[in-house]
Amino acid sequence: MLHSPVDRVAEATPRAIAKRFRGLSDRSLAWLFVAPTIVLLLAVNIFPLIWTIRLSFTNFRVNRPNAEVEFVGLKNYISILSDKDIWLTMQATAHFLIWTLVLQVLIGFALAYLINKKFRGNDLWTTIIVLPMMLSPAVVGNFWTFLYQPQIGLFNYAVGFLTGADPSSFSMIGDVTLAPWAIIIVDTWMWTPFVMLICLAGLRSIPDSIYEAAECDRASKWRQFWTITIPLVLPFLMLAVLFRGIENFKMFDLVVQLTGGGPGSITELTSINLKREAFEKWRTGYASAYAVILFVTVFGLASIYVKALNKVKQR
Amino acid sequence: MSSYSVTEPSRRQKWVAGILVVLYALITILPLVWIIGTSFKTPSDAIAYPPKTFFTPTVEGYVNVFTTRTRLTEEQLRAIGEPQTWYDRLVRKDGLVISGPSRFAERFTNSMIIGFGSTVLCIVLGTAAAYAFSRFKVPLKDDLLFFILSTRMMPPIAVAIPIFLMFRSLGLSDTHAGMILLYTAVNLSLSVWLLKGFIDEIPIEYEEAALIDGYTRFQAFYKVVLPQAATGIASTAVFCLIFAWNEYAFAVLLTSGNAQTAPPFIPTIIGVSGQDWPAVAAGATLFLVPVMVFTILLRKHLLRGITFGAVRK
Repeated sequence: MLHSPVDRVAEATPRAIAKRFRGLSDRSLAWLFVAPTIVLLLAVNIFPLIWTIRLSFTNFRVNRPNAEVEFVGLKNYISILSDKDIWLTMQATAHFLIWTLVLQVLIGFALAYLINKKFRGNDLWTTIIVLPMMLSPAVVGNFWTFLYQPQIGLFNYAVGFLTGADPSSFSMIGDVTLAPWAIIIVDTWMWTPFVMLICLAGLRSIPDSIYEAAECDRASKWRQFWTITIPLVLPFLMLAVLFRGIENFKMFDLVVQLTGGGPGSITELTSINLKREAFEKWRTGYASAYAVILFVTVFGLASIYVKALNKVKQR
Repeated sequence: MSSYSVTEPSRRQKWVAGILVVLYALITILPLVWIIGTSFKTPSDAIAYPPKTFFTPTVEGYVNVFTTRTRLTEEQLRAIGEPQTWYDRLVRKDGLVISGPSRFAERFTNSMIIGFGSTVLCIVLGTAAAYAFSRFKVPLKDDLLFFILSTRMMPPIAVAIPIFLMFRSLGLSDTHAGMILLYTAVNLSLSVWLLKGFIDEIPIEYEEAALIDGYTRFQAFYKVVLPQAATGIASTAVFCLIFAWNEYAFAVLLTSGNAQTAPPFIPTIIGVSGQDWPAVAAGATLFLVPVMVFTILLRKHLLRGITFGAVRK
């Protein structure tokens, strides 16, 4: 920037003229442009975060504004980390996270691979596949409860039609063993296109010349797939996993509308559990500590992952 | 076919790939088609077994989503006389009368006000910040950019508690202004990152030429950069709009009577006797179809939008 022609012209211009011609200096303009964004983010994100951290050391409850607020030290943190139910919700979250990622990566990559065969009309079908991803998870999740109804639901009917089982013999969201899969299915339906789009970009970024060279070396198609396609798509795939991982760790809207955490608390993911503590039981201090733990977990896992991603990219 | 190429898939491969993708697309689109289909069914058609693929369409669901209805006895019905309008006639055959408008139109309007309001703010703030990050030497640039991105990692519920308290003390809870500010903050990371990518792609030489011609920095930004970034700004705006439109967690926690948007409202639609699925589907259709149309229009920029500009193709 410094040695661009403009700067050289600017340096040569007498100060008074420069001022008249350039109006605000670049520096003040830069601050003027960046400041509103930073101020808003500080006010709506960082300030509340600091407040959450402060509340997490107290026994404050929103529904009892007049009760005396006591500093309780690490008590909230200790009781959360030693609470068995919270570890169950963590397990439910991990189950949800791992299976959605595995399914979305496998199906998403397969679809991208097929679309990359450039058959006629692939653009149109790609657009159709992408549609669910852009829709409101709450509204769509709510409608899936209808598709999952035992007797009248389309999903149960389709499963019954394909497997011969009685459509009213199982309830995806009412059954303890099926409910975790009910949310995985809907999330996979919704977000596989996301992974697919990113993989497709990865596949399209591989220059034909690499395959041509491999062909000259008589590498088999199978070998080409494992030594060219997979390594070159991997950074893209890892990026997709990062995005989906963060989003699904925060998962709230879709699952709240689908199962509400039930039956019992089988599908109660951490965000839903946290909402219950904060806005139904009104244990504000306790819930704040919970929120801090979750945020540290996401942030920590994401940072480690980004480091790994950068290593793969550098290879 | 042009000349033989080792990277061009064979005709058979194309056929197999095409059939599999089309099959997946048809299955994946089915729930959406079912939502739209259900919105044109009568309540009894909607819950028929086996699920009905062919039915006589009716707009009852749409009438129901916009109105509240009460059941009257035969005598009461006779007392009010013949129904006056087509929608009165439609609900009368079930022995109901329309008792007033529902809150759906109001919620839908809220979604529009908050969605468009926050999008405009997001674009104004985002374009300015993105330009500064792209062209100026901002101190701690990388740290600031990462900070902006990291605000996206926070689970909404985690910051909802203090925002709830903050809004309450500022008188912003359950107001349009409060929700517009909140959604702007949520989408700002997306808007800054995306727009920075778009502005980075505009050659800096244009501005340098303008500066030499005597434009001020601000004029160069306004008259040279903005018109060039128009497509990028438009697609960023659509993304902000869609994300604000779809947002649920903050809406359900922080709004109730006044500023509630459509996503928390649609699942609560119930009929006179139990869940009225055609009405829910009608509400969902009206809510989802605009997003589907925008998605189709946006398809070229979709990848960039969903990855915060990380993947540009």
